[in-house]
Amino acid sequence: MTQNSAESELDLRGVLCPLNFVHIKIKLEEMNSGDVLEVLLDDGEPMRNVPKSLKQEGHRILRVAPEDGHYRLLIQVAE
Amino acid sequence: MESSQSSMEGLKAELRKESRRLKLNFDELKSGGFIKQTQKDLFTVRLRCPGGRVTADKMRTAAAIADKYGRGEVHITVRQSVEVPYVNYIHFDAVAEELRAVNWSVASCGARVRVPTACAGCSYNPNGLVDTQGICAEVDRRYFGTPTGHHKFKMSFSGCPIDCFRTREMDLGFQGMVEPKLLEDLCNGCQLCVKGCEDKALRMEGDLPVRDDSLCVGCGDCVKVCPVDAMVVARRGWLARVGGRHGKHPLFAYEVANFLTDDQVYALIETTVDWYRHHGEGRERIGAVIGRIGLNTYLDDVVRPLGVEIVAQADQRRKYWAGGNLYDSK
Repeated sequence: MTQNSAESELDLRGVLCPLNFVHIKIKLEEMNSGDVLEVLLDDGEPMRNVPKSLKQEGHRILRVAPEDGHYRLLIQVAE
Repeated sequence: MESSQSSMEGLKAELRKESRRLKLNFDELKSGGFIKQTQKDLFTVRLRCPGGRVTADKMRTAAAIADKYGRGEVHITVRQSVEVPYVNYIHFDAVAEELRAVNWSVASCGARVRVPTACAGCSYNPNGLVDTQGICAEVDRRYFGTPTGHHKFKMSFSGCPIDCFRTREMDLGFQGMVEPKLLEDLCNGCQLCVKGCEDKALRMEGDLPVRDDSLCVGCGDCVKVCPVDAMVVARRGWLARVGGRHGKHPLFAYEVANFLTDDQVYALIETTVDWYRHHGEGRERIGAVIGRIGLNTYLDDVVRPLGVEIVAQADQRRKYWAGGNLYDSK
């Protein structure tokens, strides 16, 4: 699996849909294309919705790692 | 029933007389776009809005008709139509003329194929799997107003299994569906598809997701979420439901065929309306006909000859239903 170091981080544990997605969107817009953002996302609804919306906007999810009750995602900003 | 029929006859005679006097096209009146109100001489003009898609130009015309001949208001119906209430029948000709100017016409009521309804579909709704608006416009063009000989015949199109357009409550309903397929070489085992599946139809076996078709409703969320495009669409088409209705005695439609193409949808509509015309008795809806002579007869007469993927077993339908709350469930 790709090893990428993140340029930025967001801890979105406890943040509900669709606010978590909005936080990510704002952060991604500040970043350059190709940059990587690391995000902590709750299991359940956030994991069901957010990755799908990110893909729709053209971003790439490089890695999904389960942690205790949440997930660590690496997201690469769209070209 | 008796009195409503005789009042219908009275209304028809009244309309026929008036249409002669006003030189109106009686067939246009009879098609039912002008609906008698409680108030004497006043009618509601129901406009033909397939899929609820109306141009700004037409909306301005509806507004102008409401201002000139109604009470300056329109009513948005539950089946996506725009109606202008409080129009006096002496203005029918003027209203019809204004509608013709924007290439518009009234909708229907009575024992006919009604204006089909549809969601936004794949054109801009992220859940949409199929072009509901496109097929809805074509179905309206081909079948709107076809007499059934018995009762109303309603159709709708939903773009995905969320089914906002309630295909289960239609005489014939069509809902978009996809069959996902995994390209194993591309899969990186991230499990987002498993997380994304609301129906728990996907599970990990080793490093790969495996799909249980008896749970999968074909929403395509797994395809939409896959970050490496390893989950792809193997097939895309329409799930057909037949025999639903709303009203005093609602019926839940049966799923009868999977993955229909647009042409197969047209064929199913044509043969189903024919079958209904032939087998219906009195004012029963097609759901009642199926209840009376059996779903298997419908499947044998209509679905099997089309050579489509038939849904013939009750356990193929179970995954579409949450269970409970059905009056006759055991």
